[in-house]
This record gives sequence, C-alpha cells and structure tokens, in this order.
Amino acid sequence: MSLTLEDPRIIEFDVRTDEMLVNMGPQHPSTHGVLRLLLKTDGEIIHEVTPHIGYLHRCAEKIGENLSPPQWIPYTDRMDYLAAMNMNLGFALAVEKLIGMEVPEKAMTLRVIISELGRIASHLVGMGAYGLDLGTFSPFLYAFREREIILDLFEEVCGARLTYSYLTIGGATHDLPREITIPPGLAQVTGRDPNMRLQWLDALGMFLDWMPSRIREYHTLLTQNAIFIKRTANLGILDRDMAISYGCTGPVLRGSGVDHDLRRDGEPIYTRMYQGYNFKIPVAPFKDQGFGKLPKEVVLGDNWCRFFVRMMEVAQSIEIVRQAIDRYSKAPGEYRLPFKMNQKLPSDEVYLETEAPRGQMGFYVVGDGDGEPFRARAKSSCFCNLSVTGPLCQGVLIADIPAIVGSLDIVMGEIDR
Amino acid sequence: MRIEDIHQKLVGKFGSNVILELKTGVKDPWIEVIADRIADVAKYLHDDSDISLDALNDLCAADWLETDPKKKNPCEPHVEVVYHLYSYTHRHWCKLKVKVPRWKNGQPGSIPDVPTVSGVWGIADWHEREAYDLVGVNFVDHPNMRRILCPEDWEGHPLRKDYEFPLEYHGVRGK
Repeated sequence: MSLTLEDPRIIEFDVRTDEMLVNMGPQHPSTHGVLRLLLKTDGEIIHEVTPHIGYLHRCAEKIGENLSPPQWIPYTDRMDYLAAMNMNLGFALAVEKLIGMEVPEKAMTLRVIISELGRIASHLVGMGAYGLDLGTFSPFLYAFREREIILDLFEEVCGARLTYSYLTIGGATHDLPREITIPPGLAQVTGRDPNMRLQWLDALGMFLDWMPSRIREYHTLLTQNAIFIKRTANLGILDRDMAISYGCTGPVLRGSGVDHDLRRDGEPIYTRMYQGYNFKIPVAPFKDQGFGKLPKEVVLGDNWCRFFVRMMEVAQSIEIVRQAIDRYSKAPGEYRLPFKMNQKLPSDEVYLETEAPRGQMGFYVVGDGDGEPFRARAKSSCFCNLSVTGPLCQGVLIADIPAIVGSLDIVMGEIDR
Repeated sequence: MRIEDIHQKLVGKFGSNVILELKTGVKDPWIEVIADRIADVAKYLHDDSDISLDALNDLCAADWLETDPKKKNPCEPHVEVVYHLYSYTHRHWCKLKVKVPRWKNGQPGSIPDVPTVSGVWGIADWHEREAYDLVGVNFVDHPNMRRILCPEDWEGHPLRKDYEFPLEYHGVRGK
C-alpha cells in the first residue's frame, strides 16, 4: 500500500505541502538502538529513507586480527547482544571448520539446547519490542518475564546474563550444571517453593512445559489483534526477488516465501548438529504447515508475515529443545575438545554461515600459520536486512516507519560491529 | 552444480585470460577472476539459468601485507576482494576472488579500482561501501561510494595492515 500526492485522502482543496528533511534517530526509541534514518517527506508521506549507521562501530574485525580465536569470542557476544550464544556458536564453528575439528555428540546436543534457547529469548525480545514500536506496552513485559527465566537458566550455566562467551571452540566452556535452586521467575509462575532444589534439565523442562500456553496468549494479544493486523498487514511488502537481491536472510527471507533455513540447508558441519531432530520451518504463506488460518488482510512478505515467522519459530525451538533434553543424557563423548589459547591456525581460509535468530550470520576466517587469524570478518545478517529499508519505506506514512523497521528486527551492535 | 563445473562454464564463456585459476586443495575452493571483468562475470553467473547465483552472501576485502619481519614466507603484497555467492534456485555456492595491487600505480595513498557488482545484487551496494571504508578499494561506477561505518571525515582505511591509528580526532585523544 503506497500513497501518492494525488491521493484525494491526503490533499484536500489542492493545498500543497513542502518537501522536508527529517532526522529520525539516532536517539529515537523505536529505531532499536543508534540508527539514524534521514527521511525526505512531503507532509506525512515518505519519499526517501536513507539509513545512516556506524554510531556503534568499533571495528571488531581489526580487533579480531590481533587476538586468538578464543580471545575474540567475547567480542562476538557484543555483536548481536540479544542472541550472544548464537554469535559464539557461529564463530566457534567457523574456526572448527578451519582447523578440521568435529565436536562430539554431547557437545553438539549441548549446543543445540543452548542455541535454541537463545533463539527463543531473542525472538521474545523481538516480539515485545515490536509491540512497543506499535504502541502496546503489555506484550513487552510478558516477553521479559519469560526471557528472565531463560536468562536465569543461562546464568546457572555460565554465570553471565547477557554476554555469555559460553559456546567456544571445541564445544562449551563448562558442562551443563546439575543441581540448582529453581529460578525465582519459574518458581513464581509454576507456584513452587522458591528454595526448591532440582536438576537444571528438569528446570528447563518445567519452563518448556509452561511456555506453549504463553505463546497462545501472545497470539491473542498481538498476532490476532485487530489493531495489530491493521498496523502490520499489507504494509512493507518485500517480494521474493528483492529479498534475495538485498541479501535478506532468516525470518525476513522466510516471511517473503523463500523456504531456506541453514539448520536444514546449511553446510554439513552445521547441519549435523540438527540431524534427527523433528521440526518444521515456518515459511510464509504458511500453507499446509499446521499453523492455522491467517487473517484475510495478510499479504505475502508483509510485516505481519515476518512477525509470524518469528512467533512460529519459538514454538519449533521449544520442540527442538525438548528432543535435545532426551538425547543429552545418553549422548556419548565430552562437552569440549581441547583448543589451546595460542593454537596455530592453518594457512587456509573458510567462510561459514549459521542460522542466528536474525538471519544468516557469516564468519570468514583466514589463517596464516599464526595464532591470530590473518583476517577475521563478520558478515552481519541485520546489516543486509537493514539495507532493504530504503526501497521498502518509499511511499509509506511516517508512522509506518517504526512498523517496518521493527519488523526487520535489527540489533545495531551487530550492524555496526 | 559443483564449483569445478562452474569454472568450466566460465572458462568456456570468458576464456582463460579472464578466469585465471581454480584454487583447489583448500577448505572452500575459489575461482580467481581478473579484476577488470568481474562485473561481467558476476552478471553472467547471476543471469545464466544453469548457474543462477542469485544471492551474494558476503563481499569483503582483505589486505595481504605481512608486517611481521620475522615471518619466514611473507606473502606477495596485494588486496583481495572475495565474493561468496549462493543460489537459492539450485542450492549451490561459488566463491570468487579478485586480486589487485595494494596501491594504484604503486603510489601509496591512491586506492586500487575494482568494477562494482552493485548492479547485479542489491546488497553489494552496502558491502562495497564497507569494503571501501575499512579496506580501501574503490569500486568503479558504484552509485554512492561513501564511507558507511566510519565518519565521513575519517582518514585512512582501518583494516589495512599498515594503518596507523590517528593520534587525535576532533579534539579527542587517540592512542
């Protein structure tokens, strides 16, 4: 739906408006961080949007050239800080591909549990913040209540709540903990004694049993909400060819109808982690996938589709984690293979993409026989997803910009690196 | 289609003085292409229905200069632009490389030229701006060859191996 000046709803009595340049951001609350959008507007109608990025740039790639891979892991945390576990995993796998290391099954199962939990936490923030962008506050609070439990579980695993540096080259820094005190949030929502001691995996299982009923609430609050549908459906339509040309990946690509998920279609070193798991890949327009009936206003590739892909992925990730819990106790091998802090990297170069919550995060690592990589490159998925804002926002109203940018679910720490 | 077959087709189309080498025996084999013709090669790879590499997964540049004098086998100094391509139609991938001298005409400070591929893949626009900004490669015919991550008035290209961090930037003390 794009509006033009000739639209009689906008211009009455032949009064003309002036073209204006408006800065949106970098301190605007609905630009998801320090993103500055330079809007060329005519009244309320956008003629051109130019994203200006780089406010958070710290040249992580240069830092990576001066540190050994295990030392650079904490810097990958700070790229997509809402899905730090998945960033760790992407870089760890790239280095493992470079040195030809294959982690044992126990480490793989552990990684599946952790990275899918990270995906749930990340999509919860994406959903809550998207509600905020559109002016509804409550989903954000519910999303953070759920995410808090995941963060508490992560804290038991590695001590950190945001920048974990947990998944590392060869596996993970520690094994999963055994007995823990129940996370306060989990005790509250399940009505247990707050001093209860239980196994970490059992606490995780309790969380997974409770979570699906919350997802039904989100669908009532947002997905099927008439106002939400009005604000998102048939708006910001990204067609298949444009999504591919602009390098969009992850939920943005699948929202445009491309059936591609690296957990199934990626390189063997990554897909072997997910072998034998039973899960669906939600792809718009969600036909024959058991995802229910869509509102009739929805068009393939619009904001609503991108949002819905994320919501469906949360449900699928819960299923994956459930299956991984069953496997974990029986999985053979160690949780970690040794990798020395100053271990020499071979003179070779690899590029590996993994399916992070926001899209395909790629790491390009060049070794030259030293301990530090000769070139460490992080290809950001949000960077590519954001680049489509310009074409997507032409002819929309100013109030729709947060709805479109929010549906891309960007994190500036990853874009600026 | 495997990268060997893509290489065969490219040599048949452009000849071996444009398609220089298929590097094998490495983890990700790559095809080296002469810099002046990369835009034509990219367009062919994108448009040919058998190859149909419709996505540019990554475009980045690397500065090959060994600054450590103790290193036994220093590399030949040059700048590389690396293209990682993927086909959603056929689900195969391809990796291209372009090598150019570190400085145009051997004059330090004048950055080398590579033709742009931003007309072929939309995302190349931003990736090339980043490569220009951080590594210092001028993409000829790019619609908007400006810095993207560093400020507009930043000097030098930080990912060059001989880059020196500025001592002062707008009154802020550096190193």
